[in-house]
Amino acid sequence: MATRTSKARSPDPTTLERMLYYLKLTREAEWRIDHALYRQGKIVGGVYVGRGQEAITVGATIQLNPGDVVVPTHRDFSAFVIRGFSLREIYANWLGRADGPTHGRDGSLHFGDMRRGVVAIISHLGSWCPVACGVGLALRRRGQGNVVVVFFGEGTSSEGDVHEAMNLAAVMKLPVVFMCNNNAYAYSTPAEKQYAVKSLAARGPAYGMPGVSVDGNDVLAVYAAARQAIARARAGQGPSFIECKTFRMAGHSAHDAAEYVPEDLRRQWEKKDPIVRLEKLLLARRILTREQIRALEASIQREVDDAIAQAEASPLPEGASALEGVCCGPDCWWKREN
Amino acid sequence: MLPKLTRAQHHDLYYYLRLNRRVDEQLVSLYRQGKVVGGVYSSLGQEAISVGTAYALEEQDVIGPMIRNVGAVLVRGYRPRDVFLQYLARRDGPTGGREANTHFGDVARGVIAPISMLGEMVPVLAGVALAAKLRKEKRVALTYVGDGATSTGQFHEGLNFAAVEKLPLLIIVENNGWAYSTPVEKQMAIRDIAERAQGYGMPATIVDGNDVLKVYAATRLAADRARRGGGPTLIECKTMRMKGHAEHDDARYVPKEILEKWRKKDPLLRFEKHLAQKKLMIAEEKAAIDDRIESEIREDVASAEASPFPAPEEAARPAWA
Amino acid sequence: MPLMTYLDALRQGIWEEMERDPAVFLLGEDIGVYGGAFKVTAGMLEKFGPERVIDTPISESAIVGAAVGAALMGLRPVAEMQFMDFISCGFNQIVNMAAKIHYRWGPRVPIVIRGPSGAGVHGGPFHSQSNEMWFVHTPGLKVVAPATAYDAKGLIKAAIRDDNPVIFFEHKFLYRRIKEEVPEEDYVVPLGQAVVRREGSDITVITYGAMVWTALEAAEQLEKEGLSLEVVDLRTLLPYDEQTVLASVRKCSKVILLHEDTRTGGMAGELAALIAEKAFEDLDGPIVRVTAPDTPVPYSPPLEEYFLPSARKVVDAATKLAAY
Repeated sequence: MATRTSKARSPDPTTLERMLYYLKLTREAEWRIDHALYRQGKIVGGVYVGRGQEAITVGATIQLNPGDVVVPTHRDFSAFVIRGFSLREIYANWLGRADGPTHGRDGSLHFGDMRRGVVAIISHLGSWCPVACGVGLALRRRGQGNVVVVFFGEGTSSEGDVHEAMNLAAVMKLPVVFMCNNNAYAYSTPAEKQYAVKSLAARGPAYGMPGVSVDGNDVLAVYAAARQAIARARAGQGPSFIECKTFRMAGHSAHDAAEYVPEDLRRQWEKKDPIVRLEKLLLARRILTREQIRALEASIQREVDDAIAQAEASPLPEGASALEGVCCGPDCWWKREN
Repeated sequence: MLPKLTRAQHHDLYYYLRLNRRVDEQLVSLYRQGKVVGGVYSSLGQEAISVGTAYALEEQDVIGPMIRNVGAVLVRGYRPRDVFLQYLARRDGPTGGREANTHFGDVARGVIAPISMLGEMVPVLAGVALAAKLRKEKRVALTYVGDGATSTGQFHEGLNFAAVEKLPLLIIVENNGWAYSTPVEKQMAIRDIAERAQGYGMPATIVDGNDVLKVYAATRLAADRARRGGGPTLIECKTMRMKGHAEHDDARYVPKEILEKWRKKDPLLRFEKHLAQKKLMIAEEKAAIDDRIESEIREDVASAEASPFPAPEEAARPAWA
Repeated sequence: MPLMTYLDALRQGIWEEMERDPAVFLLGEDIGVYGGAFKVTAGMLEKFGPERVIDTPISESAIVGAAVGAALMGLRPVAEMQFMDFISCGFNQIVNMAAKIHYRWGPRVPIVIRGPSGAGVHGGPFHSQSNEMWFVHTPGLKVVAPATAYDAKGLIKAAIRDDNPVIFFEHKFLYRRIKEEVPEEDYVVPLGQAVVRREGSDITVITYGAMVWTALEAAEQLEKEGLSLEVVDLRTLLPYDEQTVLASVRKCSKVILLHEDTRTGGMAGELAALIAEKAFEDLDGPIVRVTAPDTPVPYSPPLEEYFLPSARKVVDAATKLAAY
């Protein structure tokens, strides 16, 4: 059931502008990743972007407080930026640089920083959900009303770890918000082959928590639903499940042409682009002019250019550094750096 | 509409209920005498679930029994002797002493042996159902889980898969209120496990797990539906674990009033009453069945106790086929 | 000094760390109200409360995963696997989540995953396993296996204080069967250090866990026959104490590697390679392994007896090796 947005519950103009910035930044930054750096052979390995799904990450993450924690996936680029990672750091990780957040040990968006409230995922889908529960347990103990927001796709929702995590969060009333990015395809598996319910919102009550479904391409709808869930969690009322319906506008990864996706389906969703919709709203409400939007785009271009240049200019790690930091001991590199 | 059960079928149900109860009591006795190897996990009070479900299936169907489903394997044709031999770890038991308690099976008899890890059998029985569907057989697979096992990732993955593929799988949830010392309120935040089914898009039924006829009926209906291609069903049977997790657990954490309340709903006594009231079983008939059970048990215990342990070298038999 | 069982020493160690550091907390199945299937955590719920002694649903993956999450936030969880056999239900969380976080993106994951392992109690295939090598083979973890009550307390305290994920294999056969004098005060047994349990000169037996006692029993018997066995208790399997192992091999020149775990891929193979690499010149005979065969742990007593290494088997192997 979709949540309608009304002007009364809408975020203030500053927040709306920030939303547009993060959406456009993500779109541009990711375009450079799979259409430039990857094609130029500068990024090795798998390349995953969240094209078309940006509103989900922005709508939820933008309203978190400093003490809150987020667990973003490879399709949640903006979460890293919103929580304080620089574009340079993100590109450095994609490019496997020595001064990137993982010093070249892991790629893509598999990084995090507890000081910035970001927990890194691993490739095993859903395995980060129980971790989010543990974070929620610690946050509750801290007693300052903080929450943890965890993202995963509709394909991932079939994983046993997601079940165990949702059940644990519900029975222990943990401050966790489960955000499900339902982008209709899990690699080549369409939603009808992934689950047999009409909407994954049905999973919520199956665990004893509220479950809603929203238009994932309407950043304000996502914002409103997340706001409710976050408030619930802060108040000690436990977890919530939010299904955000969207569409995967790129392949599963850069090397996937996604020929299994019917062309007309893709075109349908192109018309619902989340960035275009927010732009239209900002223009209609006269919060921004066309010129200002153009200027924003130009500024973002420069920002991304700079970040890529810096990241590319920085060195790759020394081979022997692969041996470092397996276990944390008294002279542990992480302790030194922190 | 289900066809009515005949008089003989009522007697069958009584026989298996009582056989289950007596085998269980015998196992406890053997345990107290120090003759059982390992633990004994009683099914006291839960017999109607094992018997009612298994009896509703057809010969070609397959079950995945768990630790408290001795009644189900008895219905499928295993004898008390097989169960005693397993618990006594003897050579002539179904696994030659390699495995314990209810961890035995035979694909030909439609019984898949469990492992100790809970929830793990759900995907396996879903696979059995998948094979049936692929081969266009009218076969149904039935898996048992406890309330505790429904918290496992394996339960989730198995049910979701069965729902998406519309597999002929029956999921019998034996909600006996306790997973070792963990009451259901600490296991999940929902009241009825049947509520899980809505998350998968499959139908669910809740039945009085201590009423063998209700359990039988629910299973028959679900099996018929599955055979018609209607997909899986979750059947939650409400019951109570009348003893500890195992014989070595005195279950002092279970409030006595709960046990008192459920004692009054004992499945065997209720069925006996029902049969008497409806004049479906007269005293002589009951006595004959009871006597038959007693002599079967006596014979089987003696035979099991007298049978040899396996030869030590049997342990080294290769783990590969 | 009080006499304590291995189990009581474990409980004492955990209790002391819970008192010492409020960040330490426990989670697992039946550990609170029930005090744990083996009563290791008995009394802890009453003393420390339900926020620090958490009874969880049956969800090994969530138990381990939640432990990781809480550890990232600065807590120090000790997660119990009711039987270490069930650790496989949370396998991915251990080897891919817990083990690799520090290497990949920095934070410490100070979790302990502990539970009863090992055979000899008629447990059958799923209550008797020795799964340590799955984790010895995983960089980023530490793997510990105490053999004495003194070490059970000292090592669990060290494990809890360690900043890495530690997989702590208690041996259920030893829980109530051994009793020793255990100091009441705070002490730790450092991880990564082996110890010589019995000095000897003819053959060294390197082992861990319940097999330490099997080796000691064999040593007693062999002494009567004039053969002097040295017994080395590894205590930590990852990282293991190369120095002590090699020193003992150099001293005795003949070595038996003993473990209850199955043969292929067991710790003995790892140690045999180490010894061949670094102490080849010091050997006066082939490296000998005494282990369980490559099968699941069988249930019936004669089968299990056949499966398990025994003092008899060690004596036979030593007698044969001595004659080389």
